[in-house]
Amino acid sequence: MPDKTNNTPPKGGYAARLPANHPVALYPPYRTSVKRSPQAAPLSFPSTISEETGPVFGHSMLGPLDGDLLRNFGPQDQTAIGPRIIVHGRVQDQFGRPVAGALLEVWQANAGGRYRHVKEGYIAPLDPNFGGCGRVITDADGRYELRTVKPGPYPWPNGPNDWRPAHIHFSVFGAGFAQRLITQMYFEGDPLIPLCPIVRTINDAAAVARLIAPLDKPHTLPMDALAYRFDITLRGRRQTLFENRMEGL
Amino acid sequence: MNDFPETASQTAGPYVHIGCTPNFAGINGVYPDDLGAKMITGAANGTRITLLGQVFDGTGTPLRDAMVEAWQADANGLYAGQPEADLHFTGFGRCACDPVDGTFRFETVRPAAVPWPQGGMQAPHITIWIVARGINLGLHTRAYFEDAPENDSDPVLGRIEHRNRVRTLLAQREEESTYRFNIHLQGAGETMFFDV
Repeated sequence: MPDKTNNTPPKGGYAARLPANHPVALYPPYRTSVKRSPQAAPLSFPSTISEETGPVFGHSMLGPLDGDLLRNFGPQDQTAIGPRIIVHGRVQDQFGRPVAGALLEVWQANAGGRYRHVKEGYIAPLDPNFGGCGRVITDADGRYELRTVKPGPYPWPNGPNDWRPAHIHFSVFGAGFAQRLITQMYFEGDPLIPLCPIVRTINDAAAVARLIAPLDKPHTLPMDALAYRFDITLRGRRQTLFENRMEGL
Repeated sequence: MNDFPETASQTAGPYVHIGCTPNFAGINGVYPDDLGAKMITGAANGTRITLLGQVFDGTGTPLRDAMVEAWQADANGLYAGQPEADLHFTGFGRCACDPVDGTFRFETVRPAAVPWPQGGMQAPHITIWIVARGINLGLHTRAYFEDAPENDSDPVLGRIEHRNRVRTLLAQREEESTYRFNIHLQGAGETMFFDV
């Protein structure tokens, strides 16, 4: 039987999260982290049913335009302003198994770098045809595809002159709550990426590189939309019940 | 052991509501309802409770831009998706903190105890996950109930070395069926967060 169809999740606990793959909690150049970062060590224990289960979202909850940010907000005959793109990829666990049924929720600024939000203060204009949210559920192979506009970069109140690289926020639900993740996808070639204090909360260059979606020329739609590929890896469960990490405080 | 490294987290940022609670953010008509707005969807079994609280930063100021999620078992100790779980209870709640005072609130049922993998039971608890601007990796913790006799034998509470921090995981009963679970990101009363 091809490995691809063997999607029965193993019953062991979730492998421990490796801190090196993630940002540090306290990174003073990202000023808001200074008073919002826990300082005590977290409590570790092997995952239990509370973390190995999670909410299940069926395809039936999705509307036909949920994954099409070009069209899911504005009037029916109009689409959002800006460079039209496809964002697609695969969600897998750390052992390479596809994560089917994963809910991805995305949000982003419009092509001018402006969010549709009451706290937003940037002078760039709103796009009447762009709300900025979308969602999709992965198929049996863990694949997903969204349509949207390429978001613009924008200045933000942190240091005196900080700019966010263009990015799309992703919220991800896997099969277990232990897999819960929120991240940001960046775009290949953006010179603002290495300058951004939020990106720089991650110390590992390879971990940053994995957040940068390359242009996927073969997947583009001629005369319609460029394509970017963003693959996501979530935590995975071990094969055996008791093969867990050392229990520590 | 790790064939593929986990994708790095990044902060949910100040505009998390656009993607996760768009109706709350005033973006109406895209999704009919915000995900997790209702945990009880019918005649759910068990005792109705309200779990509420605020998330405080290291200066003691409540966060007004955080998003809090809850995941819990039903009144029989079963998680949604398990056989025999309560079909009128989703177990999942999501709440954008109040933009004025930062309060989050879940209308739910009191969960029952659930099994511990090595045998025995875990005391009733609600898994809580907090994201916000300035939080680079979502914070995972649990709300236990201060009046639950099962707490004394809970294996997670039992392994906390600094015993004075156990209380940071205990939701305080405020009224007949209302429990307050305040979360402190920093300081003397810093909530115990989990790496699980």
